[in-house]
Amino acid sequence: MTLLLFKVLLILAVFAISLFMAAYSTYAERKVAAFMQDRLGPDRAGPFGLLQPLADGLKLFMKEEITPEVSNKFLFVLGPSLFMITALMTGVVIPWGNLLNIDGINYSLQITDINIGILYVFGVVSIGVYGIMIGGWASNNKFSLLGAIRASAQMISYEVAMGLSIIALVMMTGTLSLKEICEYQAGGVGGNWNFWNVVYQPLSFLIFMICAFAECNRAPFDLPECETELVGGYHTEFSSMKLGLYLFAEYINMFISSATMATLFFGGYNFPFMHDLGLSQNAITIIGTGVLFGKIIFFIFFFMWIRWTIPRFRYDQLMNLGWKGLLPLAIGNLLITGLFILLNNRG
Amino acid sequence: MEFTNNLFYFLSFVAVLSALMVVFSKNPVHSVLYLIITFFAIAGHYILLNAQFLAAVHVIVYAGAIMVLFLYVIMLLNLNQETEPHKSTLIKLAAAISAGLLLVVFVGSIRGSEQMMVQPQQVEVGSVKDMGRVLFKEFLLPFEISSVLLLVAMIGAVMLGKNEEEGKNAS
Repeated sequence: MTLLLFKVLLILAVFAISLFMAAYSTYAERKVAAFMQDRLGPDRAGPFGLLQPLADGLKLFMKEEITPEVSNKFLFVLGPSLFMITALMTGVVIPWGNLLNIDGINYSLQITDINIGILYVFGVVSIGVYGIMIGGWASNNKFSLLGAIRASAQMISYEVAMGLSIIALVMMTGTLSLKEICEYQAGGVGGNWNFWNVVYQPLSFLIFMICAFAECNRAPFDLPECETELVGGYHTEFSSMKLGLYLFAEYINMFISSATMATLFFGGYNFPFMHDLGLSQNAITIIGTGVLFGKIIFFIFFFMWIRWTIPRFRYDQLMNLGWKGLLPLAIGNLLITGLFILLNNRG
Repeated sequence: MEFTNNLFYFLSFVAVLSALMVVFSKNPVHSVLYLIITFFAIAGHYILLNAQFLAAVHVIVYAGAIMVLFLYVIMLLNLNQETEPHKSTLIKLAAAISAGLLLVVFVGSIRGSEQMMVQPQQVEVGSVKDMGRVLFKEFLLPFEISSVLLLVAMIGAVMLGKNEEEGKNAS
């Protein structure tokens, strides 16, 4: 097996898994909501309603596609496509697992390890805003435009605090590559004591998580598509699979941000006692990937848990929290981290 | 090498074409979108020069933040041809002359840099470590001064916003 073939297979696998996770997140969301509200949730299609995502997908494909007469046709299609493309692009730099040894050659379960991995994620996420803005503007509907403007203002505001919270982590680990940040946390409890980053940077993790909620437009920060004020927000005018792309990409974003959180703060594919059980390299890699997915699924569940627990913010509250709460907190965290690093290097 | 060359010509073509479209398109929103494409082409050039860090920061700051704000303002103002104020010939002439002078300055400053060509494959000019070293050792003072400049601009913006509000309260 050549390296190229392996990479192509890996890309296809990541693509398929992202879509699968997104599809079943919609199912999980409805089941979790039902559980929280003491209902049953979808249970008609297949056993336990497991075929519900397929039925939903089919329904979206079959619906009539409506393009508003006055809108710009090209931009109207570009909006949802761009949002979907950027959502799928981020999975490239996430280390899905350690090295896999096949016939004496080591294959990395990461599509590409660029030395600015985390910046790449930020760059792609910042392009994703255009998907919403272009779609909202091209709809030629005032509710869509308001939703799009809310979304962009919210995403830019929270990106600042998010970036600053990550800088503290980067200062500590001394690298921007996600793979190296992941390896920094290897070992864990056991032979050599080494904790996950969340132990050293709890504040940074908290800020990052809150910002991730805002970046994904998830409740309690889902003001861009706030039904009570804006009908459907930026996707009011979209129908059929174009609407499906917007909704679907949101779940992929959720999956990717869960994966990023797990990688940055919760050790990624590392698990406690990984070097002490006497397992072979391939076994550690495969268990590690499983553990990573366990962490990701926990975070996706956490996203849903919050959605059905906390009510929606008001827009000025959202902006106050971002600029007056999280930003100073992130800068303070940055200064304290810098001070600690300086003192440690002196001593 | 052949492939890199072709990529360079392709990116340059995209950059120049979309830059021209920024000027020629009638709709201001389309202009902004073309400008974003130009920025992406330039980010591609950074990657060709082995400067991934610069490329990422370029995309995050220019394409991701500044252009979103541009788009934001233009969408809110809802500019179109009817509302555009008519510009006099004198203003058009002045704009053409000043832009032409800027072009002369650019050409003058780039001239003579052919000798300083670097081989991007051999030196890691754009990696995070080298950027940091150069910025904090060789160019520490200009770097700090420019950060103070940005701070001043930020405080100025806050002051402008604040004054307006106080004026409203007073009246």
